[in-house]
Amino acid sequence: MSLLREIRFTLNGVARQVSVPVTMTALAMLRDVLHLTGTKYGCGEGECGACTILVDGRSVNSCVMFAVDCDGRQVTTIEGIAADAQWQPLRESLVEHGGVQCGFCTPGMVVQASHVLSRDPHADRQAIKRGLEGNLCRCTGYKKIVDAVVAVADAGGKVAP
Amino acid sequence: MSAIERYEVPRDVETAAEILRGGAVTILAGGTDLMPQSKAGRVSFGKVLMNIRRIPELMGVAEADGMIRIGALTSIADLLELDTVGRRLPVLWQAADQFASGQIRNMGTIGGNICNASPAGDTLVPLLVLNAEVELASKAGGRLVTRRVPLRDFLLGPGRTARRPEELLTAVAVPVPPDGFRARFAKLGTRPALDISTVSVAVGAVVRGGAAEDVRVAFGAVAPRPIRGPRTEATLDGRPLAKAVIDAAAEVAHDEVTPIDDVRATAWYRRQMIHNLTKEVLSHVAAA
Repeated sequence: MSLLREIRFTLNGVARQVSVPVTMTALAMLRDVLHLTGTKYGCGEGECGACTILVDGRSVNSCVMFAVDCDGRQVTTIEGIAADAQWQPLRESLVEHGGVQCGFCTPGMVVQASHVLSRDPHADRQAIKRGLEGNLCRCTGYKKIVDAVVAVADAGGKVAP
Repeated sequence: MSAIERYEVPRDVETAAEILRGGAVTILAGGTDLMPQSKAGRVSFGKVLMNIRRIPELMGVAEADGMIRIGALTSIADLLELDTVGRRLPVLWQAADQFASGQIRNMGTIGGNICNASPAGDTLVPLLVLNAEVELASKAGGRLVTRRVPLRDFLLGPGRTARRPEELLTAVAVPVPPDGFRARFAKLGTRPALDISTVSVAVGAVVRGGAAEDVRVAFGAVAPRPIRGPRTEATLDGRPLAKAVIDAAAEVAHDEVTPIDDVRATAWYRRQMIHNLTKEVLSHVAAA
């Protein structure tokens, strides 16, 4: 039996309290305990970015983060980004540019792109490519994804009303 | 795999050192190495899992007594944003810039990169060139004591360091580089992001009146730990960084390293690449 620990944190703006095994990943907590399955399990070792979430405004691989370390922190998942009107242009741009094929990398890609754009709303193509280098996509060849994010940046990361 | 009996989240170094004195403690910082290594069974947890991320003393960068002290919890992303690092330690900045991915840079800490002691550890090669020392704190006779160990003596082999089980790595301290000191880093992998370095090289020198002095050369992924290259350094010391000298130094570097064949590259290839990268980094230092 694994040692459990009770933690409290803010998840997509809502205060949560949950009991987790101390060696559980933040990803397993999100998917299996809190049933937020938007965040994907890809490689499980921080190489593919499918599990990207934001912790205190910084993007991290939730598969290598200890769930207990979420204690006291602000966690945002793709479900939080999806509910945020600020990212509507990013979502639309991905659809418009054909940046989604099988869709498995998409949640991580969107979370990371939102992170890149919130740090630099006018990021150029090179900065965007570098910003997304930790996210693997096996379908699109990246061009359409990068085009989609560049289009949003060109529009000044336009914020929907 | 042993069962964890306690999870501790100390708020200061003294409490952390007290917990460490109890023995069988696994230290958690960024988690980017600990999580995959424990899942793969390469690391087993002690009786106590201690999360050190809530210790403010381990954060921040300060300069005092000719040393730049970087707190153990400084993330790789923090290194890129710190003016002190960008301006005064560009060789460390370069390594941070080429480190893994944005997500990992946000999580991984410099203290963790040092304690993981990978032969290919990206920050270790520039830190060797900067003559870095690690600061270790422990509790002895009811008092908190710290000692400093040069990084080159601290790294013992893959995953092995001179850290005693009761010690906490609290910071890495770098002597303020002398006037005119220039240092550069380069690494080679199959792609820029997220690849473990096949080889890496850092070179630093004070270039005065055309001649290189105080030359420091370090190599990654060519020995059980990142190493300095004293023979390569001797080839360069006191000589101008001209093409013939650089070529000769690259030859010496090629012969000085002792790489192995593994899944990432053959020893032969690594030697060739050490030769080429040494040349490249030296010309960057010469042009800096």
